[in-house]
Amino acid sequence: MVSAVAVFTGIGVAAPNGLSTPVWWKATLNGESGIRPISRFDASRYPARLAGEVPGFDAAEHIPNRLLPQTDHMTRLALTAAQEAFDDADTDPAQLPEYAAGVVTASSAGGFEFGQRELEALWSKGGQYVSAYQSFAWFYAVNTGQISIRHGLRGPSGVLVTEQAGGLDAVAQARRRLRGGSRLIVTGGVDGAICPWGWTAQLAGGRLSLADDPTRAYLPFDAAARGYVPGEGGAILILEEAAAARARGARVYGELAGYAATFDAKSGSEQHLSGVPGLRRAVELALADAGLAPHDIDVVFADASGVPHLDRAEAEAITAVFGPRRVPVTAPKTMTGRLYAGGAALDLAAALLAIRDALIPPTVNITRLAEGLELDLVSTEPRPCPVRAALVLARGRGGFNAAAVVVGARPH
Amino acid sequence: MAITGIGVVAPGGVGTKEFWSLLTEGRTATRAISLFDATRFRSRIAAEADFDPHHEGLTPQEVRRMDRAAQFAVVAAREAVSDSGLEAAGALGAAGALGAAGPDPYRVGVTVGSAVGATTSLDTEYRVVSDGGAKWHVDYTYAVPHLFDHFVPSSFAAEVAWAVGAQGPASVVSTGCTSGLDAVGHAVELIREGSADIMVAGATDAPISPITVACFDAIKATSPRNDDPEHASRPFDRTRNGFVLGEGSALFVLEELSLAHRRGAHVYAEIVGFASRCNAYHMTGLRPDGREMAEAIRVALDEARLPVTAVDYINAHGSGTKQNDRHETAAFKRALGEHARATPISSIKSMVGHSLGAIGSLEIAASALAIEHGVVPPTANLHEPDPECDLDYTPLVAREQRVEVVLSVGSGFGGFQSAMVLAREGLERGTW
Repeated sequence: MVSAVAVFTGIGVAAPNGLSTPVWWKATLNGESGIRPISRFDASRYPARLAGEVPGFDAAEHIPNRLLPQTDHMTRLALTAAQEAFDDADTDPAQLPEYAAGVVTASSAGGFEFGQRELEALWSKGGQYVSAYQSFAWFYAVNTGQISIRHGLRGPSGVLVTEQAGGLDAVAQARRRLRGGSRLIVTGGVDGAICPWGWTAQLAGGRLSLADDPTRAYLPFDAAARGYVPGEGGAILILEEAAAARARGARVYGELAGYAATFDAKSGSEQHLSGVPGLRRAVELALADAGLAPHDIDVVFADASGVPHLDRAEAEAITAVFGPRRVPVTAPKTMTGRLYAGGAALDLAAALLAIRDALIPPTVNITRLAEGLELDLVSTEPRPCPVRAALVLARGRGGFNAAAVVVGARPH
Repeated sequence: MAITGIGVVAPGGVGTKEFWSLLTEGRTATRAISLFDATRFRSRIAAEADFDPHHEGLTPQEVRRMDRAAQFAVVAAREAVSDSGLEAAGALGAAGALGAAGPDPYRVGVTVGSAVGATTSLDTEYRVVSDGGAKWHVDYTYAVPHLFDHFVPSSFAAEVAWAVGAQGPASVVSTGCTSGLDAVGHAVELIREGSADIMVAGATDAPISPITVACFDAIKATSPRNDDPEHASRPFDRTRNGFVLGEGSALFVLEELSLAHRRGAHVYAEIVGFASRCNAYHMTGLRPDGREMAEAIRVALDEARLPVTAVDYINAHGSGTKQNDRHETAAFKRALGEHARATPISSIKSMVGHSLGAIGSLEIAASALAIEHGVVPPTANLHEPDPECDLDYTPLVAREQRVEVVLSVGSGFGGFQSAMVLAREGLERGTW
């Protein structure tokens, strides 16, 4: 099964600019942003006050009652997206052979809001007030476990944590599982830690945008870039072995054709000064894995950090591989904020729909590229253009780089 | 796939040698919790590591920025790399422990398993920013500068990668209490598929904190035998009443056998099979028949091209909860049939406690050392066998015997069930 081809057959989305795939995709093509003043807690006393929150999410509408006391907000979003992905793929894993289906998700910080409540109970009242669900509701494996239970998925499963690179790493791990003989893997990532404690941790990272104007806060590649706005949500994707998907007549969005991950040497070290930048190596390795050349790529979904020196490093990696302004680059995450483990999964969903609709979704709010960045940024309006292959980039804080190539369904 | 380096930080001592002495002597490292004042908790005992990061060579800034679990991992990684002989290829320095003249850093990857990440630092820092839980809107101005690195445990993999100079694929694997097995399984897969030549892989956890103790108190998963901590972890014993929390880390240097031979490295053991399954049953509960664990064992032995009768020793999950030990016994019988009765089994958790995600890697270390030294470590504190756990759990005393093949298993919250098969280097295996 080493040669097993992995195809995407289902998409479920919980994004700050739309709950459900059709609502989010329409908003994305219209350039509608979900970045707004924080409503989940009173952020007025914090120096950063904007976030991407999933709108109109009524947990009781999507999640069985018995699961409500044992789930963090981000797990509820993940379960909702997983249900949509299954509905979209129009498949019932119970029809598959035993152990043929599993779950591999990305995680970054776990159920932080749930964790804050229990820490508060512990320190304000005492250990005996801590919830019986705390042992698993906050931890990094919770979404994989809950999705596995809800959908009866008993095959090989997993959880990867590489901050914002995780969405791609999880999907690549899902492809490994298909190559190992699994037929269907639920993958992607849904994340979020928009609570005072999570916010404090993110502020400590020193890269949050402190702007109050939602249209001027998260400006990757812009001369006025000043950090990023975090968000919640992401995407859950169904990845199936291509022959099995074909046999059941599944609609195929595209194929995960290439992937690679690298790690950066510590800044300032000898290796850092002498080596090829990790992101560029990841791109080159992912293209080689896909058997494609740079000119085969029709669009790059950028990691788009919003931190000037990281934007520059990414732009230089893209330019080094593709040439100056030789490939359209976009960052629809300018409409959602950075979603950590959910970010790259949502970008993969966008890449698949860009292939389907022959439309590159736009980057919003960028008015002037930072000096020296030679990018063809798809700005403001979606760009009609055939998309046969898309490259998705993601970086996790600390030096994690990942690159994935998705291509349209190949004829058989 | 060869294990050519082992590094350990465990209760009872830092270093592989100390760890193996403790296990083979059947000593226990469980004691009253000293890391914080546990007076008000139900379970006030744990297996703690006596660990001084400064003494272990971490710089003051490394100590300041890293959670205890990350410190463990970096120390274990350095021991593993040094043990593997890779360090000799170049000087320690800015280029990391692998050295400037060592292997291509782009071909060296890192995988660190952890169940609960920097939960201990998060607990400590939360207490400050919330002023003892008094404020929902916590005061961010009291946060330490490295709080973000505690927020995302991927920082553990970054620290290890920096420490050894790796620039290949790096990640944290977090599948609850199977993280330690799954992280190493993942690393093996990355080498096999050609994404790396060498992986520094293993797991770490340092969960002995008020919030972790409280959350296990809440579900009565941990032992309340506070008056007798040394004998509190009693896997497979009729009187067992929960697991004893532990901490620690084990990291390995993994590489293809051919590469190990080429550079004349010592090979502790080969990893010849790995599989995992989910029970899709309950986040903390186990299906009594053990069928998913049995399936993982069956598939791992298949991959190893070994019959069930080849298994010489089973390194059990053996947490010491009523539920787990029965579940696991059922799984062994289901997977190995009659051979389950003829195979020595043991749980090192009886001695080093249950360090959540880390323990799977500590158990791989114990399994590799069992092959290396021809010794099966015992299950300490097993005096009164549970009639429902009716296999040979190697009570109290280690056994010297030839060990060619070890099966190591794990079971975790979230429903994860994993199995790994280790074999003596060069052991002849089937070709079917």
